[in-house]
Amino acid sequence: MDKKIRVLVAKPGLDGHDRGAKVIARALRDDGMEVIYTGLRQTPEQIVTAAIQEDVDVVALSILSGAHNHLFPRVTELLVEKGAGDILVIGGGVIPEADYDFLKSKGVAAVFGPGTPTKSTIDFIRNNIKRK
Amino acid sequence: MRSGNPAGSGDRPRADRGLAERVADGEIRAVARLISHLEDGDPAAEEAMRALRGRHGKAHLIGITGPPGSGKSTLTDKLIGVFRSRGARVGVLAVDPSSPFTGGAILGDRLRMQGHATDEGVFIRSLASRGRLGGLSRATQAAARVLDAAGYDYVVIETVGVGQSEVDIVKIADTVALVSVPGLGDDIQVIKAGIMEIGDVFVVNKSDREGSDRVVREIRGMLETAASLKRSALPPPVDSLRGRGSVTGPGYQASAPSAAAPGADAPASATEVAPAPGAITMSPEELAHHLTESAYNVNLAADPELPPVLKTVAETGEGVEALADAIIAHRRGLEASGKLVERRLEGIRAEMRGLIAFRLLDALEGGAGRSREDALARAVLAGGEDVYGAAEELFAALSKGGMP
Amino acid sequence: MSENENLKKAVEAYEAGVQKSLAKFPERRAEFVTGSGSPVKRLYTPLDLEGRSHAADLGLPGEYPYTRGVQNTMFRGRFWTMRQYAGFSNAEESNKRYKFLLEQGTTGLSIAFDLPTQIGYDSDHALSQGEVGKVGVAIDSLADMEILFDGIPLDKVSTSMTINAPAAVLLAMYIAVAEKQGVTPDKLNGTIQNDILKEYVARGTYIFPPAPSMRLITNIFEYCSKEVANWNTISISGYHIREAGSTASQEVAFTIADGIAYVEAAVKAGLDVDDFAPRLSFFFNAHNDLFEEVAKYRAARRVWAKIMKERFGAKNPKSWMLRFHTQTGGSTLTAQQPDNNVVRVAIQALAAVLGGTQSLHTNSRDEALALPTEDSVRIALRTQQIIAYESGAAETVDPLAGSYYVESLTNRVEEEALAYLKRIDELGGAVKAIEQGYVQQEIQDSAYRYQMDVEKGDRVVVGLNKFQVKEKAPEGLLRVDPSVGERQVEKLRALRAKRDNGRVKAALAALETAAKGDANLMPPILEAVRAYATLGEICDVMRGVFGEYKPSVMF
Repeated sequence: MDKKIRVLVAKPGLDGHDRGAKVIARALRDDGMEVIYTGLRQTPEQIVTAAIQEDVDVVALSILSGAHNHLFPRVTELLVEKGAGDILVIGGGVIPEADYDFLKSKGVAAVFGPGTPTKSTIDFIRNNIKRK
Repeated sequence: MRSGNPAGSGDRPRADRGLAERVADGEIRAVARLISHLEDGDPAAEEAMRALRGRHGKAHLIGITGPPGSGKSTLTDKLIGVFRSRGARVGVLAVDPSSPFTGGAILGDRLRMQGHATDEGVFIRSLASRGRLGGLSRATQAAARVLDAAGYDYVVIETVGVGQSEVDIVKIADTVALVSVPGLGDDIQVIKAGIMEIGDVFVVNKSDREGSDRVVREIRGMLETAASLKRSALPPPVDSLRGRGSVTGPGYQASAPSAAAPGADAPASATEVAPAPGAITMSPEELAHHLTESAYNVNLAADPELPPVLKTVAETGEGVEALADAIIAHRRGLEASGKLVERRLEGIRAEMRGLIAFRLLDALEGGAGRSREDALARAVLAGGEDVYGAAEELFAALSKGGMP
Repeated sequence: MSENENLKKAVEAYEAGVQKSLAKFPERRAEFVTGSGSPVKRLYTPLDLEGRSHAADLGLPGEYPYTRGVQNTMFRGRFWTMRQYAGFSNAEESNKRYKFLLEQGTTGLSIAFDLPTQIGYDSDHALSQGEVGKVGVAIDSLADMEILFDGIPLDKVSTSMTINAPAAVLLAMYIAVAEKQGVTPDKLNGTIQNDILKEYVARGTYIFPPAPSMRLITNIFEYCSKEVANWNTISISGYHIREAGSTASQEVAFTIADGIAYVEAAVKAGLDVDDFAPRLSFFFNAHNDLFEEVAKYRAARRVWAKIMKERFGAKNPKSWMLRFHTQTGGSTLTAQQPDNNVVRVAIQALAAVLGGTQSLHTNSRDEALALPTEDSVRIALRTQQIIAYESGAAETVDPLAGSYYVESLTNRVEEEALAYLKRIDELGGAVKAIEQGYVQQEIQDSAYRYQMDVEKGDRVVVGLNKFQVKEKAPEGLLRVDPSVGERQVEKLRALRAKRDNGRVKAALAALETAAKGDANLMPPILEAVRAYATLGEICDVMRGVFGEYKPSVMF
């Protein structure tokens, strides 16, 4: 048996800065994970549908526009609603630390700010995914 | 549309029911999970697949393959739209290569299918090839069966045609569409790789680009050459010339269906007589004839022995209705001639062989197998053993099930 | 013996001496590289410039090929325009910020729009949820634009608008506001970014596919050349390409490749190159490697001048000049120890000034965390003022010219850029190269390499991977009032009830007809704007005709 970690990397909202999302996608791939990359302008509904169909272990959201407090909780709520609350949700981008607690209270497992080494994200995923 | 299941969109996993049962009910999470189990080689997969036996065989399995950049995903996206507009449910398996170095993969095909991102009648799954025998993911064939069992009427399997995978796909799909595109340097590299044999429908995508007519001509030429070689001993079919030689004629300029050539027999576009939602209303012969005469595809089925060559512009959806019709016509033809059974038997045989091969490799790569293999390899290197003898010994051990 | 031969001997002797001492006094690293990863030698001498021609490479300031600057006196005449990009929340709030900036001595406005505006969605569109007023000001209609410039005489300021896909619509709104102020279009000064190609590769606020987007751009070129003659019709932007992770040479190459594509499109549409090229402007980044950045600007000017003169046969010297705006590098800012960013910004701003920029935005220290506060914005502006008034960098023209190192770097950036341009030409030009994902791939590769270098510690980022401290969460960050979205939606509702909907309908129908044909779209857009059609309504008409762009992703 060869269980691969599958990660959905998505950019919710409208900002087009996908450098971080693409770098993390590559880093996860180079760590042996399977990354489903869905690109820009994803609605929470699209993200959750993709997460379920792709049966991912992790949803990694990147956002730089400041709409995180609105969009991240929508993703976690919808996942729970669809019976997929076991999927780990993490976030990154330009997100003030003051918002971390709020996002965590909404089910976002971790928030990685600018400058986070990709290794930290990888380690977090490996240590925190819920095995199916 | 196949009577699937009213609960098709049910999402809450119910722990009290088995995975197979939930898949048969079309429960999305269960379908997705079973595909994961198949990919991971989880024993739960085998159990569920056994329970699902007899539930498949209804879906039309469509392979779409072609070189990178040929627009397969966009084409698939548009095909989904056509099938959906006819009331059918569509499953998609998009296969991309895994990195040979890390085993990881970035799967981006879904990006181009966002038009159906939240349509509950569409299930899209990205698969990494994880291939050890090259080509398609070992789970692809089984995953297609899962989607079939879950009530999807069409299952589109999209693969990058660069190596082994496009040859594999013919073993899975009822109909294989081979996509080419002008301006990729070596225009018809796919064809030249000697895999022309596997195409049931040929597509020249991005046909609004310069050079598309030339690609069409080249494909036609190769198909005709191959066909004439094959039947050189046989008398030519009576109407084998009909529609040929018109490749550069006005019909081929018809990037838009409205540009029907003056003097064409039946200028109606394919779309106008497209089958009603959920049902193919024309007989295969009617459909084939209709396609023959449609302005967009003058040459299609002109010679029933030759696969059609169609032009599409996936970005705008041009020609995609006609492609859908041609794909459906192909499967109808298989059914009518009894070749569908033949083809599927071959697919099942190939799958069984694959399972055996994978099992052998699994055993070989398991702890004890690996060390035995290593020891034998060293012996070969040192000259104390020859590679034939070594392989023989390994095989004997494996077939006795002697290695975990 | 010639002087160079003597020098060669001397340098050889020097190197031999260095080799001897290296065993005892090793250098800090085995290899030294620029900020973009290009190798840096121990020593540069006149030998590195052997065979180069002063006249062909440099010329004098204000002369072809403009390596030394586009004006003959540069900052001795007047300083660059200090232009701070700003805008957030709604038109009322942003109007206040602009007035604050003008009082503080800023000399040009730079409008940041929120993302729905940049992508042509009204504030009440489903995808606008959570985004309204976040990264810039929300503009739904002419009514918002009137408030945005309330009390700001448009014939007195120059206004830069960071707007791309719907640039035609926002420009039309600006013209319509000016009309209401009694200012005729020929009196307007400013810039629209209007650079769609870099949106496809780096910034992501595209709407339409390339072909109709290029048409909109050439429509603007044509319209402005007649009606809004002082307007900079495009700001061909390397800034975002660099932010997406490119190297300095890639920034120059891909930006100029885009520029070539715009010029070709306009020429193909029947415009005379000298009619529109003088209004083309550029927008570059400024990163931390001072010398490489200065070289980059100098090389870019030289490459562009030669292309315009030799490839496009432009006759007007103004068509040869690469004029550019600079913004300091957002991606170089750290969220850690944010005050350190003030120093980074100072170095970057100095590079832009030494490189002869025409205008400059200095980032605020807190931009890796949130939108900047007023205090941070003030420091950023003061940084420019200190460079202008105290550093001496503005007192002579192109002060780094003749530095063996800087001239060598300039030559190298030029060579690398030309190699990329050749490759892009082979692929069929920038549009094709972008459609095939080539440009994106090159940028992504550089971005990933940089990230790995940082993570391995090969590249030190102070406060990030070295010299870290324990920090507490920063306080006092600017937060956009979340009710902005609701208020904006309310305004829209009121507008739709109040306006002459018959006129809107007719204007939108006329726009649709024009879009389906090949008429210039500026006049019908202007009429729709005057009728208070919303940005979303106008863009939806064009979406219907043009379709929407679907990105290609490659890794």
